[in-house]
Amino acid sequence: MNNVSRRKFITTGLAVAAGASGIAAAAKIAQHHGLIPPDAGVLYGPGETLTYAAQRLLTRHSMAREFPRSEVSTNPFANPVDSLGDEFNRLQAAGFVDWRLTVDGMVARPATLSLAEIRSFPTSTHVTMIGCEEGWTYIAEWTGVPLSYILDRAGALPQARYVVYRSIQSDWWESIDMADALHPQTLLAHRMNGNALPVPFGGPMRLRLPRQLGYKNVKYLNQLTLTDNLKAFGKGLGGSDPDYGYAWYAGI
Amino acid sequence: MNATLPISARPADHSSSAKPFSSVTARRRHSALVRVTHWLTAVAFLALLLSGGEILLSHPRFYWGETGNVNMRPWLNLHVPSSRRAVPTGYGYVLPDQNGWSRYLHFEAAWLAVGTALLYGLFGVFSGHFRRHLVPTSSELSLKELGTTLLRHLRFERPGNEEAWSYNVLQRLSYLLVIFVLFPLMIWTGLAMSMGFTSAFPLSVRLLGGQQTARSLHFLVTMLLVLFLLIHVLMVFVAGFRNRMRAMITGRAIPPAE
Repeated sequence: MNNVSRRKFITTGLAVAAGASGIAAAAKIAQHHGLIPPDAGVLYGPGETLTYAAQRLLTRHSMAREFPRSEVSTNPFANPVDSLGDEFNRLQAAGFVDWRLTVDGMVARPATLSLAEIRSFPTSTHVTMIGCEEGWTYIAEWTGVPLSYILDRAGALPQARYVVYRSIQSDWWESIDMADALHPQTLLAHRMNGNALPVPFGGPMRLRLPRQLGYKNVKYLNQLTLTDNLKAFGKGLGGSDPDYGYAWYAGI
Repeated sequence: MNATLPISARPADHSSSAKPFSSVTARRRHSALVRVTHWLTAVAFLALLLSGGEILLSHPRFYWGETGNVNMRPWLNLHVPSSRRAVPTGYGYVLPDQNGWSRYLHFEAAWLAVGTALLYGLFGVFSGHFRRHLVPTSSELSLKELGTTLLRHLRFERPGNEEAWSYNVLQRLSYLLVIFVLFPLMIWTGLAMSMGFTSAFPLSVRLLGGQQTARSLHFLVTMLLVLFLLIHVLMVFVAGFRNRMRAMITGRAIPPAE
């Protein structure tokens, strides 16, 4: 997959094909396919596709609402989690110095990054609301590395269409399209309200995606995989929550 | 009033009608579009109510403003069992998590409701349905007329001949309220809870006073719609269940016995 000559061949082939069939038509098809969620084939797929397509058309570049620092919740809530496992406990006891984030899949330069490296990257901060699909909300100040920075650094291949991201909890993984992955508010958040991200809120690092619900904001983040197809992951619906019966797109 | 209605006397449909109707003449009551959109709305509303109620069980508390969670004081705690162990309810058990299909169904039914509403709205404007059948005349809006109609409702009197072919003033006002105020409020407060939607239209939630206020209003307007549904169904029974159902299904009704 990282073979440059093969990529060149595919790119050239795609360019020739696009030129032959007309760039406009190719763009139209790409656009069309960018509006179909991976769980479009489930029982409630039609409604889900309408929601995802409508929101993608309306919100591709829109910014999640930001709040003044004074509106940060004094009493945020985190859903309790069962034990995070021996490996997590060992990493936590050592102050997460051995925590690693793997970046692989459709990237030119796969990487394994330490928490210290990630903390040394440029950061972005926003005061945004996190909302759970259950109905509750709180506002916090989140600081972290824009996901787009990590993707640039790793050399995301142009054919990548989704970022699959995983928690150290083996049963929690999700994916987003490139519109969300490259969105400036999408962060690998490692600080909350000016302090290191507390463990109950996903520390040492969680994906912060303020335009989507809590279950897409995966805690204890340790792997990013770029792909052009979600079929090979789980049941092919794009996440552990979709596999469990939840919608893949959680902007509503 | 009758003169403005599309009245075409037609013989009853003998092949499908029940015996009491077979010897009487049925007349046109509801247009096909009104009947189809009525039942589509009924299906969508029941699906929204069922799935919405199920979603509510995962956090049966309400707050004002932008934020609210179990660490904060709700203005309303429903004291029902919850599907989440993080919500203290006082019950010794936690209901199974059903939010996956509930949320899928809720939004699919919402699309059906909105699509139906657009169809009905266009029809209502261009066919004159709103103007002729829903907007009350000035004489109907007099206090005397309103009082008389209200009294007849409170006594559960069966409607007279004229009302069998048109809506009375209380019906008109309540239908207008549901169609032009409560339904749009449901869609608005629903979308104002969507962080994707509010990223593009932040005013939609700011004007309401916050995300949790939108959620609270979504619930309160639901209660009003449920109240409307109960009275609506009760009135169908008072007015004559078989004939009213027949009118909304086949489009024709039997004139009341003189």
